[in-house]
Amino acid sequence: MFHRIDSPAPCEDQSAAVGTARAQAWRPGIASDEVPHGEVFASGRDGTGAGLALALALDRIAASSPDPLADAPDQRMWLWVQDRDALRRTGRPYRPGLPRALRHRLIHVAAASAEDALFALEEGLRCRDLAFVIGEIAGNPKALSFTAQRRLSLAAQRHGVPLWLVRLDAARDLSSARMRWQARPAPSPHPRWNAAAPGVARWRAELFRARRHPPGEWLLHEEEGRLVQQALLRAGEATRLSNDARPAAAAR
Amino acid sequence: MPGPLPLHDSGAAPSAPFSPQPERRVLSIWLWQLAMDRWRLGEGLAEGEGADAAPLALVDETARGVRIAAANRAGLAAGAAPGMSLADARTLCPQLATAPSDPASDLAFLEKLALWAQRWGPWSALDPPDGLIVDVTGVAHLFGGEEALLADVRAALARRRLEGRLAIAPTAGAAWGLAHYGPDGAVLQPGDNAERRLGQLPVAALRLDDDVLLVLRRLGLKRLADLSGVAREALVRRFRNRRSPAANPLIRMDQLLGRVPEPMLPVIAVHAPLVQRRLMEPIRHRDLLDRVVTDLAEDMARELEGQGLGARRLELAMWKVDGEVVTRRLELAAPSRDAVHIASLFGRKLDDVDAGFGIEMVRMRSAWSENVALSQGDFEVAAEGHGTSLAAFIDRLAVRLGARAVRRPVPRASHVPERAQAWIGALEPGKTLQEAFEFHHRPLKLLDSAERIAVLYASPDGLPRRFRWRGEVHEIARVEGPERISPEWWRERSSVRLRDYYRIEDSEGRRYWIYRDGIAGDGRGGDAQGRPPDWFLQGICG
Repeated sequence: MFHRIDSPAPCEDQSAAVGTARAQAWRPGIASDEVPHGEVFASGRDGTGAGLALALALDRIAASSPDPLADAPDQRMWLWVQDRDALRRTGRPYRPGLPRALRHRLIHVAAASAEDALFALEEGLRCRDLAFVIGEIAGNPKALSFTAQRRLSLAAQRHGVPLWLVRLDAARDLSSARMRWQARPAPSPHPRWNAAAPGVARWRAELFRARRHPPGEWLLHEEEGRLVQQALLRAGEATRLSNDARPAAAAR
Repeated sequence: MPGPLPLHDSGAAPSAPFSPQPERRVLSIWLWQLAMDRWRLGEGLAEGEGADAAPLALVDETARGVRIAAANRAGLAAGAAPGMSLADARTLCPQLATAPSDPASDLAFLEKLALWAQRWGPWSALDPPDGLIVDVTGVAHLFGGEEALLADVRAALARRRLEGRLAIAPTAGAAWGLAHYGPDGAVLQPGDNAERRLGQLPVAALRLDDDVLLVLRRLGLKRLADLSGVAREALVRRFRNRRSPAANPLIRMDQLLGRVPEPMLPVIAVHAPLVQRRLMEPIRHRDLLDRVVTDLAEDMARELEGQGLGARRLELAMWKVDGEVVTRRLELAAPSRDAVHIASLFGRKLDDVDAGFGIEMVRMRSAWSENVALSQGDFEVAAEGHGTSLAAFIDRLAVRLGARAVRRPVPRASHVPERAQAWIGALEPGKTLQEAFEFHHRPLKLLDSAERIAVLYASPDGLPRRFRWRGEVHEIARVEGPERISPEWWRERSSVRLRDYYRIEDSEGRRYWIYRDGIAGDGRGGDAQGRPPDWFLQGICG
């Protein structure tokens, strides 16, 4: 189970790797029965981490209920946990700026330390009345060990509540997260009416480790609650195990 | 306690022989010596016995010196009157003894008396500081008539060594006036002409404020009959801007005669669910205490279930052998009677309890309960694996992180960005508010306090080009703005400057929300010293 980022993964990952030959490349809106425990690494100087995590959550909600008329919309609350350092670096959620479908359902937890934040995350994953959980933890605190990550993974899987953990200014340490992303900002598309103005947020998202998908890099932005893929930077052809392969080319 | 229950007086309507609604009858009890009676009860003295035989007064420390709140019979005879300063009273009666008065306990005693007084009628109300109002409509025959009812009240009060003046009338106002200023035990029959029977009472019988009484005395209106002698229009004009009943003699007069209803707040006994365990052997160990708390939580859950309630606030009190009491309080996000949940929440609060020589009694009380309907328990074993409910989750977080750490944002009517959202408890209902118009983009996150940045610009009120924030320089690639937001003059000082907001994107695609505090030449802040306006970074976009 234990694997390192910088070495070829042994045992279980090997079987996953054999699967990667047949594995599907990740794409936005992919419907998966696996309850995600995702990790998004991002800089603490911008809001890309939280932005991408929210977009991934929205994308999963949209993908899991393909027909909006088929069922009553999900109106469960969702949880956003921040430790003190993350709150100081990137600020507090701002209701008018949140996606419209989510803004009235937010429960925010301002935890004093990473331990408290992890406690809140785990309690949130055990709660059946939450739609999803987003955590934001700065740096590599001691409390966020591999064991703690594994507890979160198991809780998410057992109770079916998805989790995206945003890691601000953190090194890529050991983790049991199912999908690990590196988020960077990307220049936004030009708006239609004012080309000099900033457009919708766009991210350069690199999937550097996933259990079911080969690694890859995408330019993503959100449109009406769904992720839209702008240009495929490195497609699913990456079947090799090594992670040191550079991205093939810039956006085409 | 429910809201005020209007006491609909129908005194103005002529009483028909088969009227569906019987004429209302209200009993007023004035315990004119309540404070002294309570003092005597506390000392265990009968009237005129021991220390009560000598002149004695209960005194209050006020801003204007020590004043007399109440005096016993000997004290009143010696010249001490309530409201008088103690120094004045001592000149009249140098041997006047004093004791401190206790108005808060008097009020608590009066509340208990109000519940006790429900033996004479279905509901009773407080008439602070020293009176009670009891509705005795249709109950007099149980005592053998109203005279017998009054005799019963007097006997019951005498048994409790209380002195009261009583009156029964069709309205609370009339009963109050008769009890305070009429003959003791007066009964105003429904057929009586109230205006004539009460005409000789002083105007103070109208329950008016002191300044209004002063006005009436200066106008020469001393008795109720004088008020009906004056043309009503003149009085209406004189008191036209007095809305409160206690400041307007006309409203009081109408209430007294039953022309307008007078809402009263009834006293209702609420019994807080309470369970306790006396322990044979004082316990000193934590696991035993946990066992007791679990048992208590189960007892409490049964108690609450029987009443169809759920607890919102629980108090756990532990009596120690050395006489000390340790109390722990708990508040729940939603009413609950889940014994396991309650016990586990208290478990976290018991870590710092020092048992000392042992705990001999533990008591749990639900100080605040709300209705919870009975629900069917889970009959599937699989249902136990489905995780916790939202309320239980919030409770667990609040107990460990504090209630202020778990909140949710709600919109607030303000156009200043940091004030446009308020934080309330996670399950508290927010105010209904019209959604604001969304003409402009707002950032995903807002810094708790806007951070000052150094900005390079072409002209002081032009677009920014480059800025330095947290030690790093950002080249601005694209700008949208300004969006001008004025200060809210009804909330802020006049020196607060307007803000010009810009939504920017730097060369790497990072998006921020920055503003310039003021414009050059607005004469506020640093502008008077000729400094250019400051820039701040407030929001971070996703």
